[in-house]
Amino acid sequence: MLKVKTPTTGRARRELEKRAPKLVEGEKKTLILHSTKTSNVLNTVLTEIYHLKKGNCIKYSRKNENIRPFEAGGETSLEFFSQKTDCNLFVFGSHSKKRPDNLVLGRFYDHHIYDLLEVGVENFKSLQSFSYDKKIAPKMGSKPLIAFVGEGFESVEELKHLKEVLLDLLRGEVVENLNLVGIDHVYVCTVVSQNRVFLSHCALRLKKSGTVVPKMELVEVGPSMDLVVRRHRLPNEGLRKEAMKTVPQKTKKVKNVKGDPILGKTGKIYIPDQKLGDMALPNKAKGVKRERREAKMNKDADGQVLKKQKGEDSK
Amino acid sequence: MGEVESQKDTQIDLGNLMAYNPNHHFASIPSSREELVKECLEKGTELAQALADALFNLPATEDVDGPIVKLPPPTTKLPRQKHLPKPKPPTKWELFAQKKGIKKRKKDKIAYDEKSGTWKRTYGYDRANDEDDVPIIEAKPSDEPGVDPFAKRRADKKQRVDKQEKNRLRNLKQTAKAGALPRDYLCFQGETESNSLDSHVQLAATALPITGSQAAPKKLSKSELEEVAGTAATSTASIGKFDKKLPGEKPPKNKGKNRKFLPVAEGRGMGSQEKEQTDKILNKLISKHSHETLNVDKAVRKINVQKEKKHKSKQDKSSSTSSKLKPKKKSLKKSSNKGSAKKGSSKSKSKLKSSKSN
Repeated sequence: MLKVKTPTTGRARRELEKRAPKLVEGEKKTLILHSTKTSNVLNTVLTEIYHLKKGNCIKYSRKNENIRPFEAGGETSLEFFSQKTDCNLFVFGSHSKKRPDNLVLGRFYDHHIYDLLEVGVENFKSLQSFSYDKKIAPKMGSKPLIAFVGEGFESVEELKHLKEVLLDLLRGEVVENLNLVGIDHVYVCTVVSQNRVFLSHCALRLKKSGTVVPKMELVEVGPSMDLVVRRHRLPNEGLRKEAMKTVPQKTKKVKNVKGDPILGKTGKIYIPDQKLGDMALPNKAKGVKRERREAKMNKDADGQVLKKQKGEDSK
Repeated sequence: MGEVESQKDTQIDLGNLMAYNPNHHFASIPSSREELVKECLEKGTELAQALADALFNLPATEDVDGPIVKLPPPTTKLPRQKHLPKPKPPTKWELFAQKKGIKKRKKDKIAYDEKSGTWKRTYGYDRANDEDDVPIIEAKPSDEPGVDPFAKRRADKKQRVDKQEKNRLRNLKQTAKAGALPRDYLCFQGETESNSLDSHVQLAATALPITGSQAAPKKLSKSELEEVAGTAATSTASIGKFDKKLPGEKPPKNKGKNRKFLPVAEGRGMGSQEKEQTDKILNKLISKHSHETLNVDKAVRKINVQKEKKHKSKQDKSSSTSSKLKPKKKSLKKSSNKGSAKKGSSKSKSKLKSSKSN
């Protein structure tokens, strides 16, 4: 049985309106959680991803024994959390003998798992281990630059997938106007080998170069780590098509306006036909009674006959 | 690799502030970690510079906080979070209003109150021309005696409110059916949520192979799926007899045969029945006059009848086209005759000929 329940309070209604599907969507929220067992490294990784994404991220600290994203039935609880928190990206950490320091990145579409990618974390260096001038430390919520290096991102399917997921995870909000002062950090992802990607987070130092474009200098601020691709699952083709749908952009065609190098902007104006023949005559006024109108017309006709005849003669 | 050359090949997506260098390839991975990091950052700097070149050359408007540039929309396509909003179906009233050409009209927030001669709000507390505020209702000749007009008015109002609520819920249900209602509004009772979702969404989590794992999950063929669905459908206590059928659901294909097996173990009563049954068949087969068990005459007769029918149906077909629509008579059982079939056929032909000549 399907039961419809509408919010009873205004606050709840507004909250649900925020979650309703929209034509143009905002930034994806990220959900961070971990399984029953996590290593020390993984705990730090998850915390630092949370710090980097702060403001649009939710971190769960409880152990989750039911979540096994790659197994059938193991995604139920994950999808429930996605629905509950309205998150569309997740980072799931787990640690086992078979897959140590395991990080599952994934996305949701309509709160159902869209794709999955499993990476192992190696050579991790945390935020704290870097020392640098705190003045250049990236600010929270500023839009990052993202640099991908290596042909592997195109040729190897897993890495191609990883590139897309990382871009989705790191890019932040899609903005129309950007303050150039706010550019202060960059993520560098480099393909090291067929299944290994080096990910590093750097602050940007803008130096004067004498031209409009400043000279960029990268200062590593951490975290930095190697991601080793393990399992991955691409989205279903039909689902992918569905999810890639965008708003059909309808730009209104500009009619009758032309740009001319000499005259500047020129326009054509159309004047509608005046239709003089259809115009109402004053002696045919609607309000006047028919008898009276006819009487008047007869009177006019009598008088005009002579005039008309005269006119015809002249012609 | 020349710097100019590499810059040419970088792909830049200004909307996402992303730059991609598809040409770099480690010829040999540096032995030490520091060297690797250094080289990666070098490449990263190049890309950041390329991005900055594109960014700072965009037309900027000066602001107090700094120059603001307008970014183009992102070129790298990423999946949506949720489906595109679907249009809401019109409510029953909207349909009616459209049919009748009724247009919406806005009412003023305040209205003139005749009783007090002042302007009051149209709706709500202390509203203009409030019917409930009347201390006396004049009796009409049509009034029934013994009915409290105030109570009646209150009851009527309540009825109208209830009716409106009912209409609202019905319209909401229609919206939900069209899929235009966000999921948060829906409560699923009894059935699981995934039942009511689109099929592709259902498949998303389970249907795709996982790479990197040792054994890729086997793809189920259609017949296998049908088999599984059939077993699942008949696995309830009532063998699926009282289950709610989904719209468009076909009856399960692999309905098992209801076979009865007699007990094999020997004993009294039922125990001996099995032996008797087998003995009977074996005796028939092995006995001296086994050839007599086959009634040749009967077989021939059967074949003749069958042939005649076939011939008739052929004639019917040639004469009328509507014979296709008529239910076909089953002739399958009769065709499985043994032994003397050939003999019979030759005889029957001659018989048929003779009948024709007659």
